[in-house]
Amino acid sequence: MKNNLKKFIISSITGIFLLIPLMQVQAGDMAAPGKPGDIKAAFVLVGPVGDGGWSYMHNEGRKALGKLPYVKKTAFIESVPEGESERVIMEFARKGFNLIFTTSYGYADPTLNVARRFPNAVFQHCSGFLTSENMGNYFGRVHDAMYLAGMAAGAMTESNILGIVAAHPIPEVIRNVNAWALGAQAVNPDVKVHVVWTNSWFDPPREREGAESLVAIGADVLGQDQDSPAVQQVAQRKGLYSTGYNSDMTKFAPKAHLVSAVWDWSPILNSLAKDLHEGTWEPESIWWGLKEGVVGLSPFGKMVPEDVIAKIEAKKQEILDGKFAVFGGEIHDQSGNIVIPTGVTPTDDELLSQYYLVKGIVGSLPGGEVRYH
Amino acid sequence: MIEFLGPFLQAAVRSGTPLLFATVGEIYTERSGNINLGIEGLMLIGAVTGFMASLWTGNPIVGAIIGCFSGGAVSMIHAFLTVTLNVNQIVSGLSLVFFGTGVSAVLGAPLVGVIAPSFEEINVWLLSDIPLIGQVFFQHNALVYFSYLFVPISWIVLFKTKIGLYIRSVGENPQTADTVGLNVTRIRYASIFTGGAMMGLAGAYLSLAYTPMWIENMVAGRGWVAIALVIFSMWNPKMAVFGAYLFGGMDALGFALQARGAQISTHLLGMLPYVFTIFLLAISMWRAKKKAVGLSVSMGPSALGKPFSREQKS
Repeated sequence: MKNNLKKFIISSITGIFLLIPLMQVQAGDMAAPGKPGDIKAAFVLVGPVGDGGWSYMHNEGRKALGKLPYVKKTAFIESVPEGESERVIMEFARKGFNLIFTTSYGYADPTLNVARRFPNAVFQHCSGFLTSENMGNYFGRVHDAMYLAGMAAGAMTESNILGIVAAHPIPEVIRNVNAWALGAQAVNPDVKVHVVWTNSWFDPPREREGAESLVAIGADVLGQDQDSPAVQQVAQRKGLYSTGYNSDMTKFAPKAHLVSAVWDWSPILNSLAKDLHEGTWEPESIWWGLKEGVVGLSPFGKMVPEDVIAKIEAKKQEILDGKFAVFGGEIHDQSGNIVIPTGVTPTDDELLSQYYLVKGIVGSLPGGEVRYH
Repeated sequence: MIEFLGPFLQAAVRSGTPLLFATVGEIYTERSGNINLGIEGLMLIGAVTGFMASLWTGNPIVGAIIGCFSGGAVSMIHAFLTVTLNVNQIVSGLSLVFFGTGVSAVLGAPLVGVIAPSFEEINVWLLSDIPLIGQVFFQHNALVYFSYLFVPISWIVLFKTKIGLYIRSVGENPQTADTVGLNVTRIRYASIFTGGAMMGLAGAYLSLAYTPMWIENMVAGRGWVAIALVIFSMWNPKMAVFGAYLFGGMDALGFALQARGAQISTHLLGMLPYVFTIFLLAISMWRAKKKAVGLSVSMGPSALGKPFSREQKS
């Protein structure tokens, strides 16, 4: 009796886990192949669309995409764990979606695997670097916006201790942390930036605890590269300042929120759909920035003084005009070694594989073999 | 040292409290012989309904109460399926997770980005000024203070009152309990409701006090941790306190070290709470084995997971 019960329990647990992806598929996405040039776009999202951050902004992009005349259908599946993504991506490809967006760094290899099996569909991976015949990747130079947000943080600190809560120690996030620190140092050379890693894109309680640990060591302006506004709330409650990420986070912390580095995916998504519609799509690494409007700054909070805003706007203009590069040399790593010499602007490839923290940051990266190309 | 310990231990209490509510809730359920694996779902239900109620009434206390009751109400689905219809408890519990995740996402869709009245941190008069202890235990929100009362009361009810004796005997041997005139069905329903209500409260703690907002899936796996903590605590609310605070503390320790620039792998730090859970589970089983205490202490209530019906001999 006991043995049977155990068997039953185990088999029912496995059975239910196998059913999970089926349950998540949005209803009504069965689609017959349409006219050539018609686009059926699908999104594989890492968090819930209601996260108010990363996945929320992708979903906003999806809605805008659906308004194009030749986009016949859009669909999405949210909260897809990176380990399970291959099945989900394949599911979309099987159902005849011909433009599939996969929106997390960890979806890179699964996307490539599926792309090989479905040569007629086009795959676009966000925040990675892989390309193949029918797979491109796209991202935005959000570190430019993070640099500008960092300037606001550096200008507003009194303790000269800043803290940033960051998700995973991978190049995409490391760049943002570095840019934020460099921005802060540009207006305030004495500033120290402490970083904590939550190892999670989205986990509000952990994000809060990360922020609390920074407050405990005296940080008075907090930044984040996380998908929820939990960090902003900590700043609000403690009477500190904060800069947000992904979307305008003013409403979560009206007294604390200085500015957010924000995304708008529409320019990239719409252009990719247009290319595919017109038959001019090519596998590329798209890395747009402030100029194309993919990244930007939210409105500034009322507490940010005019002269700070003016300074930031001026810097923004320099970036737009190509006169200033955030990672233009000379840049030192934590131990003081020159990583980017004077007068050198790193290539996109170098930026995409950045795996060091710049001078003035207190914190560490997991060591060992660096496998980001 | 106090500079380091204070915030870190305070964080342990703060992040352990939702686990504590959920764990004690599950202890009540399991002591009556029923496993409810739907904690994650019930916490989400509690979080979203509590948030809504607080938004509409303008009072977070009403929110917490509503979150509590809706957790209890939804757990009645599990009670009906498993106690009345004798459905497999594991399956029913897991389906409750999906149900809760889905329903809370739908109900909560218009609430994303909305601000509702929430619990503020209150320093307890005099007590909060005691060095270290004050910071760790008496600079929290009202729900944390409630947990200080709630856990001892739960323990007393479960082990020192007739009601607790009824619950435990139904969980150990429902046939015998039935023979002596206890209503097994009613007691199990009541235990599942109590458990569900505590899980709902745990959810409301997240959306009204800990990270005061509604965001889809904001429980982020804490419901599953509670299940492990039940085993660790050996089905005893007293031990659950240690388990919950330890788990919260390991997480906070990782952050406290990182913020100070300690050269430790963040992946290792992220693993700490889970490694610790496995370690504690092993310890508790080993201890039970060594002492040769009855299986019911180490393995939980004897009738756990078994459906009961009067007509059927087991």
